[in-house]
Amino acid sequence: MTTSHESENQEMQTSVKPSSLADVANAKAPKVPGTAALGTGLETRGVHAWFGKHHALSNISLDFAAGTVTALIGPSGCGKSTFIRTINRMHEFIPGAAMAGEVLLDGKDVYAPGTDVTKIRLQIGMVFQKPNPFPSMTIGENVLSGLKLAQLKVENKDDLLEECLERAGLWNEVKDRLGAHGGSLSGGQQQRLCIARALAVRPQVLLMDEPCSALDPGSTLRIEDTIRHLSDTMTIIIVTHNMQQAARVSDYTAFFLSDGGPGQMIEVAPTSEIFSRPQDSRTESYVTGRFG
Amino acid sequence: MTMTATPSKPWAASAKDRAIDGAIFVGSLLSSYLLVFLTALKGKLAYFVCFFIAYAIFTTVFKGIQRGNAAAKDALVNSLVAIGAIVTVIPAASILLTVLQKGLPGISFSLFTNDMSLATPTDPLSNGGLLHAITGTLTLMVLALIMSVPIGILTALYLTEIKGRFTGPIRFLVQAMSGVPSIVAGLFILSAILYPITKGYSGFMGALALTILMIPTIARTSEEVLNLIPNDLREAGTALGGTQWRTVAMIVLPAARSGLVTAVILGVARIAGETAPILLLTGGGDKVNPNAFTGPMGSMPYYIWKSFNAGSPEAITRAWAGLLVLVGLVLILFTTARFLGSRKVSK
Repeated sequence: MTTSHESENQEMQTSVKPSSLADVANAKAPKVPGTAALGTGLETRGVHAWFGKHHALSNISLDFAAGTVTALIGPSGCGKSTFIRTINRMHEFIPGAAMAGEVLLDGKDVYAPGTDVTKIRLQIGMVFQKPNPFPSMTIGENVLSGLKLAQLKVENKDDLLEECLERAGLWNEVKDRLGAHGGSLSGGQQQRLCIARALAVRPQVLLMDEPCSALDPGSTLRIEDTIRHLSDTMTIIIVTHNMQQAARVSDYTAFFLSDGGPGQMIEVAPTSEIFSRPQDSRTESYVTGRFG
Repeated sequence: MTMTATPSKPWAASAKDRAIDGAIFVGSLLSSYLLVFLTALKGKLAYFVCFFIAYAIFTTVFKGIQRGNAAAKDALVNSLVAIGAIVTVIPAASILLTVLQKGLPGISFSLFTNDMSLATPTDPLSNGGLLHAITGTLTLMVLALIMSVPIGILTALYLTEIKGRFTGPIRFLVQAMSGVPSIVAGLFILSAILYPITKGYSGFMGALALTILMIPTIARTSEEVLNLIPNDLREAGTALGGTQWRTVAMIVLPAARSGLVTAVILGVARIAGETAPILLLTGGGDKVNPNAFTGPMGSMPYYIWKSFNAGSPEAITRAWAGLLVLVGLVLILFTTARFLGSRKVSK
C-alpha cells in the first residue's frame, strides 16, 4: 500500500515541470480516431451560452472524433463546465439560461425541435465534480439506476453490473458487498461508482466535469487509468484544472480563456503540441504556469 | 529510557471543581429558601424561580472571579440555556404525570372491549368502555391520512421540483392555512358540505375537516425536507436519462423518506387531539360504528369531552382514562412511524 503510493507520488512529482508535460503527452501511443462502431463522433458549431444577460461562452466550435479523449483546460470561470453542460443539454436547467449554435451527435443536432432530451442524455453520459451516488440505493442498485430511470430492459443484469464495475475499476473492491450502501464507499470509490453508473446505459460520449478535483492522488490515478481504458469504446471530454492530468489522459487539449468577457476557445491541438509548441502566447503562459 | 504513559483526562472536571459546583448548587438552594422565607414570595413556583436566579448569578460571579469576563458570560448563557431546557421539560413531565396518576385507576381490560352504548355516565367503571372512541379516532386518522398525505406531498413537490408560476401564491396560501383555527375548518365543512349535501353527521365529515388542518403541516414540512436534498442528485438522475417525474420518484423521494415520515407524524400530531371540528361534524355516537360515511362516530377527544361534561365521579375517571389511552395511542403511532421511517433499505 505504502509503496504504491510512493511510486504514484514520484510520478506526480516528475511531471510537475512544464517541459515534461509534453514528454508525458508524447509517451502515449497515438490514437487512430474514428472507429466505425463508435459512430462518427461529436461536433459543436458556434456554441454560445448565456446566464440571463451574462454572456458566458462565445462561439465554441470543436470536433470530438469518436474514441478520443479531449481535455478542456483553462482558468476558473472561463466556461468549460458550461460548455460541456450545453453538450448534454443540462445547461437548460439553470433558470435564465440560453444558448446558440449547434451540437451535432452523429451529424444530428441535439437541440433540433422534436428531439427526445432523455435519449440524448442516454447517449451522452456525465460524471460530476462531486461524487453523487444515490443515497437510498445500494452499490448494485446505483450502477443499474440509469436503466430503471430510463426504463430500459436488459437481458442479464448481473453481467452488466460486473462489466460496468470492472470497466470503472471498482469490481474487485466491491464485488463482495454489492448490497452495501453507496455512501459507505470512500470518495474515490464513490466517483468510480458514478462512472460505472454512467457506463451502464452504454453512452457514446462521456462528459467528465473535473472528476478528480475532490479526490486524493491515488484515486485520481486510478480514475485516469479507467479513462484510458474507456476511450477504446467511447468519446470522452474531460474538464480539468490539473495540467498533468490533461497531459496524461488526453489525445487533444483545448484551452479556454475569458478576458473579462465571455469565455472563448483560444486553441485546440493534439495534447503533446499544446504542451510543447503552443501557437498562442496566452496558451503558453497558462501551460507553463505563468497565470491561472 | 522508557516512559510508561497512563491514560488521563486533563480536560475533565477536578474534584475541586466538582466541590465548587456542588457548593454553588447548595448555596443557591439555601438562598432560594431564605428568599421565600424572608420575602412575600410564596409557593413552589417561588422556590423554582429563586433557585434558578440564584444559581445563574452565583455561577456567573464565581466564574468571573475565577477566569475573567469571557468565562462569566459563558457561564451565564450556559445556566440560561439549562433553565430554558428545564422550564420546557417541567410542564410536559407534569402533564404526563398527572394523566398517568388520574388515568391509571380507570384503566381495565373491559375498557378496550366495550363501548358506551349500554352504559350511562353514572354506571360503575366495569360497565362500558371506549372501544367506540378508539376505533373512531383510528378511522378518522386513517381517512385524514389517506386524503392529506398525497395532497400535502404533491403540494410540496410542486413548490420544490416544478417551481411553476403559482409557487409564490401557493406557498403563501399554505402558510396562511397552517394558522387556520380548527373550529373554522369545522364550520367550513359544516356549512359547505354537511348542511347542503350530506345532511347528516358522519366520521367522514370529521376526517374532511382534519384533512384541511393536516395538509398545510405536511406540505410545509415536506417542502423543507425536499429543499434539503442536494441538487446534485436531481442532476445525476437527469443526466442518466431520467425524466423529471422518474428522477423525483426514484431518487428524490426515497432520499427524503425519513424526513417525509416526520412530516406525516407532525401532521398526525396536529390532529390527534383535535376536538372542535369533531364536536361539530361527527355526531359522537356511543356505539362502535364501522361505517365512516353514515351515522355518528365516536372518537377519543369527543369521549373525553363528553365524560368530563357528565360530571359524575365515574365519568370523570373515565375521562382521565380516556386521556391516558389517547396519549398512549399517539405514542404508539409515533414510535411505529419513526421505526418505519428510519429502517435501512435492505436487500
